[in-house]
Amino acid sequence: MATSTTTVPSAGPVAGSRSFLSRLRNGDEIARLITFLFAASVVLITLLLVFELWQGSVLPRHKFGFNFFRTSVWDPIFDQFGALPFIYGTLVTAGVALIIAVPLGIGAAIFLAELAPARISDTLEFFIDLLAAVPSVIYGLLGVFIVVPLMREYIQPGLKHSLGFLPLFQGPAYGVGFLTAGIVLAIMVIPYIISVSREVLLSVPRDQREAALSLGSTRWEATWKVVVPFARGGIMGSIFLALARALGETMAVTMVIGNTPTISASLFSPGYSIAAVIANEFTEATGDLYLQSLIELGLVLFILTFILNGLARLLIVATSQRGAGMGHT
Amino acid sequence: MSSRLRWRKFVSGFMLTMTGVCAVVAVAVLFFILGYLVYHGGASISWNFFTKLPAPVGETGGGMANAIVGSAKLLLLATLIGVPIGFFGAIYLAEFSGGTIAFVVRYAADLLNGVPSIVIGIFAYSLVVLPFKHFSTLAGGFALGLMMIPITLRSTEEFLRAVPGALREGAMALGASKWKTISTVIVPAAYRGILTAVLLAFARVAGETAPLLFTAFGNRFWSPGWNQPTASLPVMIFTYAIAPYDDWHRQAWAAGLVLLGLILVINIVARAILSRGIAVPRS
Amino acid sequence: MHASVRPAVSVNIPPTVTNAGTRESTSALSMRMSISKVNFFYGAKQTLFDISMGIATNKVTALIGPSGCGKSTLLRTFNRMHETVRNSRLQGEILLDGQDIIAQDVTALRRRIGMVFQRPNPFPKSIFDNVAYGLRINGSKLPIAEAVEKSLRHAALWDEVKDHLHKSAYELSGGQQQRLCIARALAVEPEVLLLDEPCSALDPISTAKIEELLVQLKDLCTIVIVTHNMQQAARVSDFTAFLLLGQLIEFSPTPQLFTTPTDPRTEAYITGRFG
Repeated sequence: MATSTTTVPSAGPVAGSRSFLSRLRNGDEIARLITFLFAASVVLITLLLVFELWQGSVLPRHKFGFNFFRTSVWDPIFDQFGALPFIYGTLVTAGVALIIAVPLGIGAAIFLAELAPARISDTLEFFIDLLAAVPSVIYGLLGVFIVVPLMREYIQPGLKHSLGFLPLFQGPAYGVGFLTAGIVLAIMVIPYIISVSREVLLSVPRDQREAALSLGSTRWEATWKVVVPFARGGIMGSIFLALARALGETMAVTMVIGNTPTISASLFSPGYSIAAVIANEFTEATGDLYLQSLIELGLVLFILTFILNGLARLLIVATSQRGAGMGHT
Repeated sequence: MSSRLRWRKFVSGFMLTMTGVCAVVAVAVLFFILGYLVYHGGASISWNFFTKLPAPVGETGGGMANAIVGSAKLLLLATLIGVPIGFFGAIYLAEFSGGTIAFVVRYAADLLNGVPSIVIGIFAYSLVVLPFKHFSTLAGGFALGLMMIPITLRSTEEFLRAVPGALREGAMALGASKWKTISTVIVPAAYRGILTAVLLAFARVAGETAPLLFTAFGNRFWSPGWNQPTASLPVMIFTYAIAPYDDWHRQAWAAGLVLLGLILVINIVARAILSRGIAVPRS
Repeated sequence: MHASVRPAVSVNIPPTVTNAGTRESTSALSMRMSISKVNFFYGAKQTLFDISMGIATNKVTALIGPSGCGKSTLLRTFNRMHETVRNSRLQGEILLDGQDIIAQDVTALRRRIGMVFQRPNPFPKSIFDNVAYGLRINGSKLPIAEAVEKSLRHAALWDEVKDHLHKSAYELSGGQQQRLCIARALAVEPEVLLLDEPCSALDPISTAKIEELLVQLKDLCTIVIVTHNMQQAARVSDFTAFLLLGQLIEFSPTPQLFTTPTDPRTEAYITGRFG
């Protein structure tokens, strides 16, 4: 909105000079100043956050440099801190989560956007939004008491029995581990994929689908070969958003991943993630190097989610604009 | 009908049914969660739960009174920090600012929104816990307040902008100053959306655990004032769930039910308020 | 405007027709499609009333009338596109080559009746893949590349795009995109091509190109075009149907309708007294 430069006379003496104080007597200028300060504080806080993360991790950055990301030893006693197991665990659990959540989420979004009548679609979307509001610790609670025993008694043995020749599904069935954390994460990120993909699919112009149908496509062909590709940018965006959420997830993961810094090919193995190790060890960290190494992990997480969220936004905006501006030159 | 067409039609019907299955599965999860919480948690909710302090480790009969009060204090502080910044900042963006400043502020807010909550905890730790050299309700409230800012800011701005220009011009034409227009015409016109935004932000931080782990930390007893570590519902759920005591597990379910119940009720109320007013796209 | 002051007039096309333009006379005109007593409802509201007409094979039939008269609605019933809208209901009989279109499988029907829309709507694919789309899902007698070239030639677009077939369709101009949509529709060799105000979003030069094209395409398939531009109808079509408020007021060979209309409402419309 353009800023107004006319001052509206207030109920007090007319401001003759242009000095700052006399302008201040004008209610509008005060309002503008105060609200500006509040708005500026948001920027300040954000800058301060980045600064604190950077400053707070100065010791390990100087000591380990980029080896921080290549070493897998995490030994507080000998002051050796390597981030690899946590990066590995974070990526593996996020990967498992996406493999499960993306097909389910896009499938559900297609149903809601293309097939369901408007009222059913809106009602289901309402429930899915509620699912997105469930806090992480509650998912963790269900993870610990429902998913972990289920994994330990049925799913892991079952997988071992049928697919145990793959290194992915070998090893003892503890119940906790990469696979369990991935499954819980999948449940947590599905609502994001569904909501965003549904909106993006709904924004695809009607005549794309109609053109496909008029060429003799079945309903599925029209949806899958025309509508979904049209919306693919926004759908990718929803996946990035989900990934960003999965990477930063702390509580549910730490309750079911096993909290052991291990790198293993088996999905049954207990592991660790960046967020989980920060949560567990931050208050126990003795010594500056230890604490700052954890802060550096926080910085890594920040950068990763920053990039993913930025990409996601670009993709989603680009897709909706394409829908709006289609076909014109 | 050719066999190729028959196959294509079969695939179409099959795949579309599968998408319906996906949607049902996704929604069923919500009902599973609610069901389990009501089943396990409902049995353990008792008067003790709301009024007693935690019992010594290993003993039964304790409650979460301190955690409930602690969460209330934390959320109060969070609201006092987050809402004014978000609200007034949004007024600046919608009514006063030019293009570049607005872009920077919005970008910063979106950035803040995307920061994982554990990293917010690290920030609050550096800023509030380190200087004071101990955990406190203040630090926890600060962390949660930070998380409320972006949600409140962006949503309030959207709703303020959605107020029709005709209303603004009408007020100005009557000689109202800008501030008067804002406070007596624009904000009241957008109040539904703003209230919804605040409620949703509140519900979001009510369940946050990670930022509290090293700011408010935890407390087995009452936490007087604002400068002591304090218990909170989410952290209690976490601590009790991973502990080896059955009694604690039962309490964790009860706490989970109370927490989720509160959050879902706020969400439903917020959406109900909004649906009776203007509809604005979800952010 | 008052409805049904006079009963809707449906004109049966006499067996011998003299086309003033080409001096051709046919002993019997075959009907590719015949529409009888069609009524259409959207929810409780009726939007088409008792329409009966025939669509002559390998001729261009235009549907004209003021906004809201139902011409697009009628057109969309021909390939059952109205079924994509939830509350719509069709009564009456529409035959393609003597077979009821409702009794047939809708997917197979839509291959035989193609459609070009008001705004060009190419898929987010390359030029080649747009035209090949229908061929790939339905199967093609010719190799795909040949069939694509053939369609693009029919749509008078081949020379302009032959070196750029793999570029995105969105890089084309509006007029080219619409010709691409025509090529896409022609690729599956439909018997009937329906065009819903195909030039309304285009500039005059592109419009002229497409009008030229339509006259040539008659030999390939039967054409039905909805247009709000009367001059276009007069230029391009062999038969014209005038609709008003969901009723078919008059249906005649084009020269006849425009020079000696039988219904005063037709005359009022074409002389611009309303529109």
